[in-house]
Amino acid sequence: MKRVVITGAGTINALGTSVATTLEAMREGRSGITDLEFRDVERLSIRIGGQVREYDPAAAFNRQQLALYDRFTQFTLIAAREAIAQSGLEFTGDLATKAGVILGNSGGGMTTLDENYRTVYEDGKNRVHPFVVPKLMNNAAASHVSMEYNLKGPSYTVSTACASSNHAMAQAFQMVHGGITPVMVTGGSESMLCFGGVKAWEGLRVMSKDGCRPFSANRNGMVQGEGAGIFVFEDYDHARKRGAEILAEVAGYAMSSDASDIVTPSKQGAARAIAGALHDARINLDEVGYINAHGTGTAANDKTECAAVADVFGQHADRLMISSTKSMHGHLIGGTGAVELLACIMALRDGIIAPTIGYQEPDPECALDVVPNEAREARVDVALSNAFAFGGLNAVLALRKIA
Amino acid sequence: MDIETRVIRIIAEQAVLDPSDVTSGNTLEELGIDSLGLVESIFAIEEEFDISIPFNANEPKNTDFDISSVSSIISGIEKLVKALN
Repeated sequence: MKRVVITGAGTINALGTSVATTLEAMREGRSGITDLEFRDVERLSIRIGGQVREYDPAAAFNRQQLALYDRFTQFTLIAAREAIAQSGLEFTGDLATKAGVILGNSGGGMTTLDENYRTVYEDGKNRVHPFVVPKLMNNAAASHVSMEYNLKGPSYTVSTACASSNHAMAQAFQMVHGGITPVMVTGGSESMLCFGGVKAWEGLRVMSKDGCRPFSANRNGMVQGEGAGIFVFEDYDHARKRGAEILAEVAGYAMSSDASDIVTPSKQGAARAIAGALHDARINLDEVGYINAHGTGTAANDKTECAAVADVFGQHADRLMISSTKSMHGHLIGGTGAVELLACIMALRDGIIAPTIGYQEPDPECALDVVPNEAREARVDVALSNAFAFGGLNAVLALRKIA
Repeated sequence: MDIETRVIRIIAEQAVLDPSDVTSGNTLEELGIDSLGLVESIFAIEEEFDISIPFNANEPKNTDFDISSVSSIISGIEKLVKALN
């Protein structure tokens, strides 16, 4: 089996328009959550989110491109450009035939859907733009990345709600690990911050009106974000041979299904995914220094996740660090695992642990070291990234520092 | 129909019970209504009375709206309906 490493990373999210600016914000414990700005926001009871600012679509793409790119595709292409540029790869010949792109996404072109429903239902028009379907389909982002970079290998989109990106990256890992291709582009994106998108979430009564405070006793729900995280996964030998800079090794993963409830998380399902990832990556419990938590800031997730971590790690649970960067960039749903993987890379490569900001009151049901409010310096050899989705579908990735 | 009868009808439907089997002393738990059922009941009540109920599933005990029993729900709704008129 091939060892798999990360040789490129890119992002755009509420914290920044690049990996460097995003990691700087995480180091400083800065929040990207602000008042939402879009049409009809005054009709919502939830009016905050991790919206991407300092971004002008017209400056990034031309008119023809924007006719085809929903916001989630735009974010994906911006992040892919950064990741692939960092990798230094050019996809030609045999590499182009083998390499593909697997992305996570949950809502597809929600903004496109929202705008066009408004056109036909509210404005009473009987005609919509001809590209509505190719713009809103969930695989649009993966397809545009494949076209832009000549990726002709296995390419598709994985949709498992809040675990989409982790499932996608696990699949990409497997492709390289199994020797099917030396390189895969992977990660995920989401853009649900529009009237219909937030209105739907509002209905479930799990959103916070005032902030995302994971693990804090006074947490009162999740806050949505938007953006993309894209990575280049590469065969270790392939990367070494061409002298590429290696950001971290992807050591293994596990997936599990709770098979119990459509929204309530299960400790057992989460624990099986965490333990499974350690087993797959041949990692001992005491090697794990950092976990990027799913940490949504809901009452149910955070206590269930902490209980699962305590069950798997036993005494070592009190020695590892676990933080939720959703406190800063919000919950990117299908793209969240991808942006959160950046915090794992920062922990391994830079020895800096991103904090859980907004932490105000200890919760006895979340009694772990959640790295409250301020980033910390620490040497970490192994990091995990948790994702536990609605529908009970879980995926955990294990990353290792590259020696 | 008075508010109590209308609320009991909604809760009974959610619990898949006959309204005569639901009394104001019952808790939702006793009636077999889980967290999803609760959110659905609140939505149905909001639609029935055209009111907004301040309820966040993350802090069910920490809101102005008391959901500890059928009777507390009814009195909460009576207040909201009165405020509306």
